[in-house]
Amino acid sequence: MRTRFTNVGVGLLLVAGLALSGCGSTEEATVKVEDLRGSTITVATHDSWAMADEVIAKFTEQTGITVKIATNGDGGTLTNKLVLTKDAPIADGVFGIDNTFATRAIDEGVLAAYSPPSAPASLAQYQVPDQSDSFLTPIDYGDVCVNVDNTWFATKGITPPKNFEDLVAPAYKGLFVTPGANTSSPGLAFLLATIGTYGDGWKAYWESLLANDVKIDAGWSDAYQVDFTAGGGTGDRPIVLSYSSSPPFTIPEGKTTPTTSALLDTCFRQVEYAGVLRGAKNPAGMQKFIDFMIGNDFQAALPENMYVYPVDTAVALPADWAKFAPVSPAPVAVAAAEITKNRESWLSDWRDLTTR
Amino acid sequence: MLRPGRWRGAAWGTAALAVVPLAVLGTFFLYPVSGMVARGFWPDGSFDPGGVAEVLGRERIHRVLWFTLWSAGLATLFSVLLGVPVAYALHRLRFPGQALLRTLIVVPFVMPTVVAGVAFRQLIARSGPLGGLGLDGTPTAIIAALVFFNVSVVVRTVGSFWEGLDRRTEEAAAALGASPWQVFRTVTAPALLPAVASAASVVFLFCSTSFGIVLTLGGLRYANVETEIYQLTTQELDLQAAAALSVLQIALVTGLLLVSARARTRGAALSRTAPVGRRPGRRDVLVLVWTALVVGFLMTPLVSLVLGSLRTDAGWSLDNYRALQTEGAGNALLVTATRALATSFEVAVQAAAIALVLGAVVAYLVSRRPRSRSGRRMLGAFDGAFMLPLGVSAVTLGFGFLITLNRPPLDLRTSALLLPLAQAMVALPLVVRTLAPVLSSIDPRQREAASSLGAGPFRVALSVDLPHAWRAVVAAVGFAFAVSLGEFGATSFLARDDDPTLPVVIFRLISHPGSENFGMALAASVLLAAATGAVMLAVDRFRVGSMGAF
Repeated sequence: MRTRFTNVGVGLLLVAGLALSGCGSTEEATVKVEDLRGSTITVATHDSWAMADEVIAKFTEQTGITVKIATNGDGGTLTNKLVLTKDAPIADGVFGIDNTFATRAIDEGVLAAYSPPSAPASLAQYQVPDQSDSFLTPIDYGDVCVNVDNTWFATKGITPPKNFEDLVAPAYKGLFVTPGANTSSPGLAFLLATIGTYGDGWKAYWESLLANDVKIDAGWSDAYQVDFTAGGGTGDRPIVLSYSSSPPFTIPEGKTTPTTSALLDTCFRQVEYAGVLRGAKNPAGMQKFIDFMIGNDFQAALPENMYVYPVDTAVALPADWAKFAPVSPAPVAVAAAEITKNRESWLSDWRDLTTR
Repeated sequence: MLRPGRWRGAAWGTAALAVVPLAVLGTFFLYPVSGMVARGFWPDGSFDPGGVAEVLGRERIHRVLWFTLWSAGLATLFSVLLGVPVAYALHRLRFPGQALLRTLIVVPFVMPTVVAGVAFRQLIARSGPLGGLGLDGTPTAIIAALVFFNVSVVVRTVGSFWEGLDRRTEEAAAALGASPWQVFRTVTAPALLPAVASAASVVFLFCSTSFGIVLTLGGLRYANVETEIYQLTTQELDLQAAAALSVLQIALVTGLLLVSARARTRGAALSRTAPVGRRPGRRDVLVLVWTALVVGFLMTPLVSLVLGSLRTDAGWSLDNYRALQTEGAGNALLVTATRALATSFEVAVQAAAIALVLGAVVAYLVSRRPRSRSGRRMLGAFDGAFMLPLGVSAVTLGFGFLITLNRPPLDLRTSALLLPLAQAMVALPLVVRTLAPVLSSIDPRQREAASSLGAGPFRVALSVDLPHAWRAVVAAVGFAFAVSLGEFGATSFLARDDDPTLPVVIFRLISHPGSENFGMALAASVLLAAATGAVMLAVDRFRVGSMGAF
């Protein structure tokens, strides 16, 4: 027999591999400030990172530091990757850990403490609560809300839904699409919004949602661009989970008002943070970058590039946003400590419900 | 006749040659994968196999396993049903346009799964051209997409075998009065069975470990082992459960490879000079209609992709293609798509080179026939080890790279060589499977004659093996190149953001808002499919039957 296959050889190699994968040590690198010119920082971030080259060039011009961006999946994947690689960090700093994952990163010891010496006054309200040390600096926030296609509803002569209760009403059966809580950070935010609204009754609510034929996609783009009626594709669901900042993007060519709007009673606020990684090669360089991210240039560029609101409320928003992208006056809140404690069991329960 | 001393020398030479690919496989595959699995077995530094065993009792895991088995089983069944008649039409008959059809059939196999996912969703979303069928988010859609990817494996594996099958047996049966159906049932079918079994087990392997398809088309209601490992690792950080599933997956893959290898050994060696097929007659009408339907099924998503890429908000235009020279709307990309295509080519050249060097050594070794039983066993295990990358979770491998190759002298996470190496690991099994049958079909007496005339092992390879195998070598390089161009799973973990490959760029584009970006993603996908198709068309001219076959 020519190609007889035995497990023994493979097994032995596996064991050898297991023996090799021990643990390493970390060393805190220290770099003098005058050495920063000509140095490079690597910033780990999520796939939604987008920033104009000119803005980053300005930072390099001011500090002499070159920025390398490394995207690592969605917010959850990013955080978990950093946890798994904390013995030998893959970057100097991170941008894009949000409030649903912040405590995991902090508790796992991924981050080094840093507070920017001067910060806008409005920043304080977005800090991670109940922390003795400052590991994460808030950079931006956005409201994840249910969006509706008003044109579709007007054509059909149906009143659009307004709140969570409406989404399970028979009139809106088969009309709602959302990204999944386990594969997309807005999806998780939506799950948290329902938990914040219904408490222990969230599972019953989701059962009604499923009974009302909600469609659950892998990612935000699947939901918004393929299944939503007003997302550029040719979808057939007029209700979608997206952001409060999405409507201005649906202003038709030559018109002045968007065809969609966000339901402000269904919002969960996501705050995105930046931090220095423990064991970074160039921590001082990353600290400078965090200072830059809360500065005027970066903050003002956030809405157009990443569709989020700057934490510095003194920064002017684009005209469309001021008109058509208001944030929720009272977003649904879930305490950070609660999220830390229950995130896994909620997600696990949610997956059991939705994959049944 | 070889003297014993000389034979021992040759055995040592063989062993020394085996060290190179084994070291590469150990470092870039086994070490990272075991490093990741070890995190599950040693959760806090102490050995806790109980935690892993407990996972296997969870009801959810049972559901995932069941879905994996039945979806892959059905997809395999349909791939075989669709593929076998096509194999006949494309490999036993002769008609104009056949060469083009053979190439078109392989394009889905080398397409990135993200692209296929988007193409399928566009088609079957309730608003799409096939929306009326209500397939979106159903297991039917998943199975259809899996079949789409794997029909070519059946066609090429069974087809190349069928082509080499001795026709005289069939002709003899017919001459003795057997009807065509009787000939097929009593002569052809039994002879084909090993090739069908080999193809089916590999297709089952691909289907049961499919990631991108189940993730994009499953609508999250359906999860297989692969997507579950992804969820558990990236979202829940439940490494124990991920390790349990990884070990289970490796066991399953090993079993399937065993089945496939056994089926291969039962089949006859490939004949190198395939006889020319006959012109189709009236009794082939059904087979030709079937082939047309299957090709139509395979081309529909591709055509919808092309049409989508030519459409913009303003109507038909080439704007999406022009946009490839930009960084996308809202700076969705860090580099232009054309630059990414250049990177893809560069990486694919390196990956194909690595895969060829390693694959040639492995194929050369596994085509030897050692006299001792233990020698044959070792060779079998050696062969099987290089097939493993076909079926092990890209997530496990990707994370494994991050947590194991992170310290000198192996701090390769930022090395430019990491990506070509990872892609070479993926392409390696395909190179081996293309080269090994050709090398095995060389009569060993030729080599023995050469070496008894005083030629060293290297000289033997050069003057006996190479003249027979050079076409297969070229085909294997092209195939490895095409696979590497479209590779997404491992690449998405390892590609450097300042220098991404085209599949990574496509994925980034479809994850960013704006219909311009979506259109640009479609245009980039068409470009990628065209590039891989062109490569396959070029190497297909060499008529190497084992390419794309298992």
